[in-house]
Amino acid sequence: MRSPKLTTDDTKLVTSLSIIVVGAGVLGLWQALTLARLGYRVRLVEASAEPFAGAASLYGGVMLATDREAKSYPLIFRRLGREGMTLWRAACPDLSCSGGLVVASARDRSDLERFARDTQGHETLDATKLAHLEPELAGRFASALYFADEAHMAAPAAMKFLLDEARGAGSDVSFGVSVPPEDADTIIDCRGLAARDALANLRGVRGERLIVRSREVTLRRPIQLLHPRHSLYVVPWGDGRYMIGATVIETEDDGPVTVRSALELLGGAYALHSGFAEAEILEIGAGVRPAFPDNMPRVIVRDGGRHIFVNGAYRNGYLLAPVLAKAVAEYLESGARANALVEVV
Amino acid sequence: MSMNVVEPHAKPQRPFALYGVDLASRLLLGTAQYPSPDVLARAVEASGASIVTVSLRREQARGRKGERFLELIEATGARVLPNTAGCRTAKEAITTAHMAREVFGTDWVKLEVIANDDTLQPEIFGLVEAATALTQDGFKVLPYTTEDLSIAERLLAVGCEVLMPWGSPIGSGRGLANRYALQSLRAYFPDVPLIIDAGIGAPSHAADAMEMGYDAVLINTAVAKAGAPVPMAAAFAQAIEAGRAAFEAGLMGARDMASPSTPVAGTPFFDLPPPDSKPGND
Ligand SMILES: Cc1cc2nc3c(=O)[nH]c(=O)nc-3n(C[C@H](O)[C@H](O)[C@H](O)COP(=O)(O)OP(=O)(O)OC[C@H]3O[C@@H](n4cnc5c(N)ncnc54)[C@H](O)[C@@H]3O)c2cc1C
Repeated sequence: MRSPKLTTDDTKLVTSLSIIVVGAGVLGLWQALTLARLGYRVRLVEASAEPFAGAASLYGGVMLATDREAKSYPLIFRRLGREGMTLWRAACPDLSCSGGLVVASARDRSDLERFARDTQGHETLDATKLAHLEPELAGRFASALYFADEAHMAAPAAMKFLLDEARGAGSDVSFGVSVPPEDADTIIDCRGLAARDALANLRGVRGERLIVRSREVTLRRPIQLLHPRHSLYVVPWGDGRYMIGATVIETEDDGPVTVRSALELLGGAYALHSGFAEAEILEIGAGVRPAFPDNMPRVIVRDGGRHIFVNGAYRNGYLLAPVLAKAVAEYLESGARANALVEVV
Repeated sequence: MSMNVVEPHAKPQRPFALYGVDLASRLLLGTAQYPSPDVLARAVEASGASIVTVSLRREQARGRKGERFLELIEATGARVLPNTAGCRTAKEAITTAHMAREVFGTDWVKLEVIANDDTLQPEIFGLVEAATALTQDGFKVLPYTTEDLSIAERLLAVGCEVLMPWGSPIGSGRGLANRYALQSLRAYFPDVPLIIDAGIGAPSHAADAMEMGYDAVLINTAVAKAGAPVPMAAAFAQAIEAGRAAFEAGLMGARDMASPSTPVAGTPFFDLPPPDSKPGND
């Protein structure tokens, strides 16, 4: 059964591995979608009865921000991020590809300079250029960094899109199944933080975020506001909705958001644009990002390929999910081990 | 010539100890703001720090959900010193200290009571109040304070055996903002371990504090936010060692060459004794 999949001349599938993907977070959905498109027989099972209710993915920004994020990761991150971006662009027409901005208050200028020094792929904008790109920030900031090669999307829309695509590609998706069937050739474990029972060094990192709706604020692209202690970003989700995030707290607690965090987030949003004062708070909550000690995701292959864990996407699960799916597909096709993301145990 | 002769004016080497515990390194490292726990662990190793400070968030104590991260910190092998970062009142700091004692199983605490969230300046009244309560409760308190002498005396009077004055505001990276006051503090309390706690931005700042006779330096942001935290941690370790060695060796002291010294009338220069010569100073 572990033979590579066979195709006829007209590329129709003759036989293929049966695969169970466990967990319909962003990683599981991309796995199901990618593998089903390649002709594998894919079943995706998700514990929560309501789609995405138990997923960290629901709390995402969602920004695809390779250049901004790269400074905190090993060098390979940048290449992986670019690949993720390319795969998203090819798959999803609804992605907003309008870049992202980083700003800082006059007092925190040195933080902006350091950010510019530590990142690539940006252009420094003066006040005039900033006003041109994002008119409502005119007069609020003297300069900004513009990262052109970035994209964003609302998390619920992105998840729904992936679910529809996975189904459309032929995956059989069931919700409310917490004991996955074992009758498949390969089990791809995308249980997120729940997989810490099998992955000893997986930890959770709490992230709190708010969704607000404003009739006054019109921003076109994600804006990050630097601050020495708590950097903050605002992502336009359409229809006047904005996602304001996110704290990074080293704990697996997914309990209610604290007043301190809410103050930091809301204070930051208000500092970015005073129009947020009149916005309505639609939602406030905390998700827990699964992460390994180097904060890089991994594909971990066990039992000669029968069990494959895909996990540890930390702050970039959306960005890197398609790259991780491709790595798994390549492993299944050819057993390729040269991939830096794949660890065969 | 024997190489074992004791240098005539080197100060006797005093080992670095806090609350009766000998510590191999005079560098204390904070654990916040690193790119990843992995980079943090390698920075701790490169720094040789024997103490790492950890700020406990309430969210971590809730049901002990921060354990995996705390395990990673404990795995560095350094002694964990919990701090009460972000607490605005004595009461908050005391509560946090108690939580930390439970979570980390240590009665050491770096006590921070903060006057405002912007400058993170010590709130000295609350600090003394919390230090009093905590020492009575058996804690070994390491208070983050200003360079003020009277506060220092109060803290020592209530049972603190070490003081951690700031160099400049937390995270500012400005080095020793008030050298004169820090020198006075050192001179006033020659036998109390003094640790510079905040504002160190560069290894030269750390060396500066050590040359002044400070016993140790605590660093966080300057390492965590460096372009490459691990080599920066090593650079700080070297600077702190060099600064300490220089202090023990005795600095020559600067001389003002800008204003020429006036020769005594009728006396040629070469007959004058050097201005700061002391017997046996050759
Ligand atoms: C506030 C916040 C903001 C973020 N912003 C961004 C961003 O802008 N860009 C970006 O790329 N990333 C972002 N992330 C990171 C991203 O959300 C995560 O990396 C990603 O969600 C991880 O996805 P996952 O599929 O591994 O886990 P999850 O989304 O948690 O999915 C795991 C799924 O497995 C299910 N499951 C568990 N056990 C079982 C079982 N036994 N049987 C069946 N199913 C099971 C769970 O119910 C869950 O649905 C953000 C995260 C947070 C918290």
